Amino acid sequence: MKRLASLLLLFLIVLISGCSDNSAKNEGLSNGQSNVSDSKFGDALVEGSIGDASNLIPILATDSSSHSVAGLIYNGLLKYDKDLKLTGDLAEGYEVSEDKKIITFHLRKGVKWHDGAPFVSEDVKFTYELIVDDKTPTAYDSDFRLIERVEIPDNYTVKVFYKVPYAPALASWTTSILPSHLLKGVEITKSPLQRKPVGTGPYKFFEWKPGDSITLVANTSYFEGSPNIERYIFRIIPDSATMFLELLNGTIDLMGLSPLQYAKQTDNPRFKERYNKYKYLSNSYTYVGYNLKNPLFQDKRVRQALTYATPKDDIIEGALFGLGTRATGPYKPTSPWYNPDVKKYDYNLEKAKKLLSEAGFVDKDGDGILEKGNLKLKFTIITNQGNSSRSMVAEILQNSWAKIGVKVDIRILEWATFINEYIDKRNFDAVILGWTIPLEPDLYDIWHSSRCEGKNLNFICFQNAEVDKLIQDARVEFDFDKRKKMYDRIQEILAEEQPYTFLYVGESLIALSNRFENIEPAPAGLMHNFIRWYVQKENRKYFFTQ
Amino acid sequence: MVPLIIGITFISFVVVHLAPGDPTQFLSSMNPKISETAREKFIKMYNLDKPVYIQYFLWLKKFVKFDFGESFSQDRKKVIDKILERLPVTLWLNIASMVLVFAIALPLGVMSAYLRDTIFDKAVTVFVFVGFAIPTFWLALLCMYYFGVIVGVLPISGLTSYNFESMTLFEKIIDIIKHAFLPVFLSVFGSLAGLSRFARNSMLDVLNEDYIVAARARGIGEGRIIFKHALKNALLPVVTIIGLSVPGLIGGSVIFESIFSIPGMGQLFYQSVMMRDYPVIMGILVIGAILTLLGNLLADIMYAVVDPRIRYKKRAG
Repeated sequence: MKRLASLLLLFLIVLISGCSDNSAKNEGLSNGQSNVSDSKFGDALVEGSIGDASNLIPILATDSSSHSVAGLIYNGLLKYDKDLKLTGDLAEGYEVSEDKKIITFHLRKGVKWHDGAPFVSEDVKFTYELIVDDKTPTAYDSDFRLIERVEIPDNYTVKVFYKVPYAPALASWTTSILPSHLLKGVEITKSPLQRKPVGTGPYKFFEWKPGDSITLVANTSYFEGSPNIERYIFRIIPDSATMFLELLNGTIDLMGLSPLQYAKQTDNPRFKERYNKYKYLSNSYTYVGYNLKNPLFQDKRVRQALTYATPKDDIIEGALFGLGTRATGPYKPTSPWYNPDVKKYDYNLEKAKKLLSEAGFVDKDGDGILEKGNLKLKFTIITNQGNSSRSMVAEILQNSWAKIGVKVDIRILEWATFINEYIDKRNFDAVILGWTIPLEPDLYDIWHSSRCEGKNLNFICFQNAEVDKLIQDARVEFDFDKRKKMYDRIQEILAEEQPYTFLYVGESLIALSNRFENIEPAPAGLMHNFIRWYVQKENRKYFFTQ
Repeated sequence: MVPLIIGITFISFVVVHLAPGDPTQFLSSMNPKISETAREKFIKMYNLDKPVYIQYFLWLKKFVKFDFGESFSQDRKKVIDKILERLPVTLWLNIASMVLVFAIALPLGVMSAYLRDTIFDKAVTVFVFVGFAIPTFWLALLCMYYFGVIVGVLPISGLTSYNFESMTLFEKIIDIIKHAFLPVFLSVFGSLAGLSRFARNSMLDVLNEDYIVAARARGIGEGRIIFKHALKNALLPVVTIIGLSVPGLIGGSVIFESIFSIPGMGQLFYQSVMMRDYPVIMGILVIGAILTLLGNLLADIMYAVVDPRIRYKKRAG
C-alpha cells in the first residue's frame, strides 16, 4: 500500500513538473511572438461585470458595461490623467485660439489601428461627422452640434471651429475616435464593428460570448508601450451575490464591492490572503431634493432647518458602514473644482427648530406637527426601488425630522414609474436620488433655470439669476483659475440656499487579486496605469498559447 | 388556431405597451450627458410616436412573414437571432431536469401510494415538500458556497469553464456536467413535490378501484397488479401534464439563470421587460403562445392514443 502511495506521489510530481515545463514553454512562445523583451508580460485579469455589453461602438451605447470594455479598445483625443486633469491622448497637445472659438489638436504620429492602418486626422473628422449625422442613433451629439466645421490641413492636425466659445467642448474630445477606413460609407447600425471593434487602444478585441464573457488581448504595439497583462477578460455574472462567491473562489480578480461586503463580509484572513481592497471617493453624490414649486419649501429657512436636522454622519455610518464622506455641494472633496469654504450644516436640532419658528411654523393644534396658517409641515419623500441605502436614508430622515415637528411619509417606487409619473411630471414633494459627478464641471443641465421646464433635469426647479449668469460665464471660460472662481461662488450660493440637502459622496470599493503589482491608487481610481501592472512569473495563474 | 394567435398577440402587445415607460427613457433619463434630440430621434426610429394600434399593425405585418424585427436595445440584433442564441441552453437544461423529475417523482409517488401511511410515505412527503417550500435562490447560494467555495468540487456559475475550447471531448463533457449539476439538481428538487403528489393521488384512486380488488381476489401477484393493472391506468393523466409542460421548456427561470449566470431565455425575457424592448418581449410571448397551443394539441392527441375509451367516443361521435 505504502509503495503504491509513493509511486502515485512520484507520478504526480512528474505530472506537475511536466505541466509547469509546458506552461513555461507556452509563455516563452507568447513572449517570442509579441517581441516584448521584459519578463513582465503574461497572465490575465478577470473582471466581474453585472451586465453584458450591448454595442462596442461606444457612441451607440449608453450602458456602463459597453463603455468599460470600449475604454480599453479605443482612445480619445484627450483623456483625464490620474489627478482628473485633461491631458493629451491621441493628440499630443492642443491650443485654443484668441477668440476661444478654434481648438487646434496636434495628433500623435505613428499610431496604428489594431488592423495595422495608420491613425490620421481623417479619422477625427470622420468621427465628428458620424456623431452629428442624423442617421446615427447616438445620444452624445449635443456637444458636437456646436461645431461649425472641422478642418484637417494635414494628416496630423485637426482644427475645430466652434460657433460660440464653449469650455466643456474640450472634455467632449475624450470621445472614442473611430476608424474612418472601416466605417466610411457603411451604415453604422449595420457595421460588424459593433460586435468586433477595431480601435487604437491598449487592448485588442478577441472574443465575445454573449451573456458569458468578453475577452481582449494586449495590443503589443500600443503607442504608450505594450500592456503587461496579456488578456483582459470580462465575465458576465448578473447576480451580485454569485459574483461575490466567484470572488471568494478566486475565479475573478477584480470586482466592485458593496459597503456591506467591504466592511464585513471580506474581513477575514481567507480573503485577505488573496485580495487587496482599495477605496477612493466615487464620482457621485446622494441628496434630498426639494420641489421648490411646493409652497412648503419656498422659504430657504425651512430647507436650511431640514439640513440642520439631517444627521449626515449617522447616515454615512448607518447606510454605508462609514464608507463615505459628507457632501456639501455638487463636487466631491477630491475634485479640483471643490470649494471647501462654504456654509456647513452640522447636525443641530435647536438651530433647526429656531429657523422653523422664524419662518412662521409652530405647532398650534398640538399634534406634534408644525404648521403655518393651513400649511402643515407634512410631506412625502420618494425614492427608487432597488437601492437599499436610499431607503435607509429615507427612514433615518423620517425619524430625525420628526424630532423637529416635521412629518414625513416614505414611498418607494419602481424606476420607470418613478421617473415617468413623478419626476418628469414634477409630481413630488421631496426626493432622494444621486447624481454622477461628471469630470467636466459644467452645471448647466442640473442647475440652470432654463432646465426647469419639460422633462429636463432641474426637476426641483431651482432658479437663481446669479447662478444662471455664473454658469453661462463659466461655459465660455477656458482658464482654470478664473473658471474655478465662478464655480466656487456657485457652491457658496447652493450651500446658502440648500435647494438640495447634499448628503454624502460614497466610496468606490474595489477588491483586486494581490498577484497584480505596481498599482497606484489616485483620485482617478485604480485603472489609470493599468498597462503598467504586472504579475511576477511565479504568481501567474493563466497561460495562453495563442 | 390562427385567430387565437392573433388575439393573444394583440392582448400581449397592448398590455406590454401599457406598462409605464418606453424604450427611450433608459437612454435619456437622468444622464445630463445625453442630448435632448436623441430621445426624439429614437422615438421616430422605433415608431413610438404612432398610436398603439398602428404600431400593432406594423408589428403584425412583419410577423405574418415570420419576421420578429430588430431589438430596440443598443445591439440592434435581430430578435430571432437573440432568441436562437439563448434557446439551446434553456432547452437542454429544462429537458434534463424534466426527464429527471419524471424519473424520480413518478416512482416516488407510486411507492408512496402503495406504502401509504408508512414511514416511507411520510418521509417522502416531508422531503418533497421541503424541496417545494425552500426558496430556491437561498438554497442555491448555500450550495454554491458549500460546494464551490468551501469544498471546492463544483464551479460556482456559468455553463462552461473559460478554457472550454482547449479541452478534450471527455474533459468537455465533465466540465458541462459539473457546471449543470447544481442548477439541474436544484430545479429538480424544487419541482418533485407537484408530480410525485399527483402520481400518488392518482395511484391511490386506482388502487381503491373494484378491478384491483378483483385482481387480488383472483390471486394475481402484487407486482403484476401494481405495474400492469394499476400503474397503466394511474399514468393516464400524466400524459396531459407532459403536454402542458412543453411551453415551459423555453421559459427559463429568471432567478436560476441570474444566480448561476446562465445566459438563457429567462434572463433575456427579464432584461427585455426591464428595457421595454417590445420586439423581443413580443417574440418570446408569441413563441410561448404557439408552444402552449401545440402542447395542448399534443396532449389531446396523446390522450387519444393511450386511452382507448376516448378514441371510441370520438369514433362514436
